[in-house]
Amino acid sequence: MEPILGSVTLTLSRWQFATTIIFHFFFVPLTIGLGFIVAVLQTAVYRTHDERYEHLLRFFGKLFLINFAIGVVTGIVQEFQFGMNWAQYSAFVGNIFGPPLAIEGLLAFFMESTFLGIWIFGKGKVSDRIHLLSIWMVVLGSSLSAAFILVANSWMQHPVGYKIDHATHQAVMTNFLAIFTNELFLTTLAHVLLASLITGSAVALGIAFYQMKREGSKRVFALGARIALVVFFVASIAMALDGSAQGVVTVKDQPMKMAAAEALYNTKSGAPESLLTIGNLKDQVLFQITLPHVLSLLATNSWNGKVQGINQLQKADVKKYGPGNYVPTVWLEYWNFRIMAGLGAVIIAIAVWGMWLLWRKRLDSSKWFRRVAIYAIPLPFIANTTGWIFTETGRQPWIVYGVLRTSQGVTRNLSPWDVGITFVGFIALYVVLGAVDLAMMLHYSRKDLATINGELPPPDGSSGQEIDSLVY
Amino acid sequence: MHVTGLQLFWFVLIGVLWSGYFFLEGFDFGVGMLLPVIAKSDLERRGLINAIGPIWDGNEVWLIVAGGATFAAFPLWYSTMFSAFYLALFVVLVALIVRGMSFEFRGLRTSTRWRSNWDRVNFSGSLLASLIWGVAFADLLKGIPLNAHHVFTGNLLNLLQPYALLGGLTMVALFVLHGSTFLSLKTTGELHEKAVGAARRVAPIATLVLLAFLTWTYFVARSHGNSGAVPGFIPVTAFLLIAAVSWLVREHLNGWAFVFTGVAILALTVTIFMTLYPNVITSSTAFSDSLSITTAASQRYTLNIMTVIAAIFTPFVLLYQGWTYWIFRKRITLPPTGAKVEA
Repeated sequence: MEPILGSVTLTLSRWQFATTIIFHFFFVPLTIGLGFIVAVLQTAVYRTHDERYEHLLRFFGKLFLINFAIGVVTGIVQEFQFGMNWAQYSAFVGNIFGPPLAIEGLLAFFMESTFLGIWIFGKGKVSDRIHLLSIWMVVLGSSLSAAFILVANSWMQHPVGYKIDHATHQAVMTNFLAIFTNELFLTTLAHVLLASLITGSAVALGIAFYQMKREGSKRVFALGARIALVVFFVASIAMALDGSAQGVVTVKDQPMKMAAAEALYNTKSGAPESLLTIGNLKDQVLFQITLPHVLSLLATNSWNGKVQGINQLQKADVKKYGPGNYVPTVWLEYWNFRIMAGLGAVIIAIAVWGMWLLWRKRLDSSKWFRRVAIYAIPLPFIANTTGWIFTETGRQPWIVYGVLRTSQGVTRNLSPWDVGITFVGFIALYVVLGAVDLAMMLHYSRKDLATINGELPPPDGSSGQEIDSLVY
Repeated sequence: MHVTGLQLFWFVLIGVLWSGYFFLEGFDFGVGMLLPVIAKSDLERRGLINAIGPIWDGNEVWLIVAGGATFAAFPLWYSTMFSAFYLALFVVLVALIVRGMSFEFRGLRTSTRWRSNWDRVNFSGSLLASLIWGVAFADLLKGIPLNAHHVFTGNLLNLLQPYALLGGLTMVALFVLHGSTFLSLKTTGELHEKAVGAARRVAPIATLVLLAFLTWTYFVARSHGNSGAVPGFIPVTAFLLIAAVSWLVREHLNGWAFVFTGVAILALTVTIFMTLYPNVITSSTAFSDSLSITTAASQRYTLNIMTVIAAIFTPFVLLYQGWTYWIFRKRITLPPTGAKVEA
């Protein structure tokens, strides 16, 4: 294939992968987080038999289900795309990257799908205890699935436990345990699970406040708002701790990514943290707000620690890997990192404010907090997306950091037309799915509690009809 | 190089995963394809969908695990197959996605048009996916253009060869039959009658198509110098089982009819894998360029780890998946006509 066409295929494949995974990654954190809240609510129903919990359970259960399937079906695309668009990559890393994917299917997907079926249809057919267990198994299954895919992803970011077999031109596994205890994996897993709890609880919190304006359902949703707020608060505080731990690990394992995130061109001791830059990041800074020494503190846990700069790292990489450009797109890293971390700070502020109102017993009456809670719903989604773009583009030009370049991983037998057609197809399909999903979410989150209850079978499962009507 | 025991084990295991996938998702695809044929009202269609509601998603995971296991145990098989079938797999993905959404979305609105549109989506998705899986496996057998580096050098037209299209048709016919025997077990009253009627009409067609496909497979296998598998005990069994379904349905032995269609699908999948051995993809450029099990396989360490994990966890999965079939063993009964059913 001619080089130009090859590079078009590569670019299109990269955009296709990025687009489809970002879309998938709207729904994964939402379903993990919302699933956790639904499971908490069902546990409360099981223990107290309080009808307010039952109303909340059915309301949020419905919202959870609307999003669940779309997360599952868009996940299949990701598994297939490795082979479809990144065949050279798959052939090279299959010995290492394949096992976590296979284990994800065996351990996580079967659990998730089977117990979801029991949860949706099993009311009255299994005991209440088993029915409660089934929703927790769904949450466990989706969290395990996140864990296994992050094992695979973390290996791409920071390869461990492998050697290169030159005879077959493949990376082969030498230490299974090392791959599953990769330090980058452990901090990333916590990061993604906490982000999921934040996303799910932010959605539940905003919708609960929206519903509280109705006099009839105020009593029920005030309770829902409290539960969501507590999850939101605990997860966002934990996230701050994990975020800084992850920063330290990333500086160690992927110094170039963090240097780009800070637009730090030259190695510096006692480096300042840049909060905001206006102008060209490299040499024409017009205006900048910085916190002295904070970058060193965050990156190395020491006030005057030495942080490596882009120029020095590039030089070292050329020496190590040969000529080439080893610097990711700096503005992309700088701004995505700032948006993610900035939104994290906003989320913590909202959470603390909400807890303060709760403590002063003014949570339900604060008009301002109500507005903020509703408008804050998109924030975690933006933070998730920018965080994902930051971490994935920060590994470029590598598909496996320091081992295989992205350009070496793309499928050889595809023309730009092949990838172009599927790219347009995925975009068209995802726009329609996204629009339908959003419309359904809005439709159901605005619905009157009484209407929803009228549509669903009574909680004891005795619908009086032989046909289940919860879902279909 | 000859195939090691561990490699053979994983080749068999992948065959088992695909067999399980075709057995299980086969009947839920069949139900999807039968929606417009045997269900006239919205209520009837919901009855059919409810018959597979709790289990279709779990059935589909067999595909995901088959894909993942191929990636882990045979990276070159996975990468060559998925990149060669690029556009076809894109269509499969779209089909599976919209079909999955149809289950979730159809009940969210009461409008009849909304629901029948999603049912049409379910039908098309089930049909396309069944067809393409049949085409793809027949292609692996008959051969696709691969060069000496096992890179696909053909285009979409190479994949749509007559033998492969017959393979696709065979899968569709078998899945429709499998779906109708499944429904005859899961329904009562008028729906049950219609499911039995569908099985009776489809069975002769499926028998003929399968016979044609197996006969052609015999010549394909012979041209590979691998005539041991066809006509062997297993493909002949597949044919006899399907041929017997008409009779079983007439005698109201619906449980046996379902077992027979299921086992026939298993036998057909096994036949395909046996004919493929010791290769995983046949090259139509030169038979010696075919991708073999040995070349495609992961190294011993990876295969060992995977074997241990599969041995520990597979029993649990089989147990709880089997348990859901037990929980939802009851037949679907529709409320009497005129009764109000809310969504």
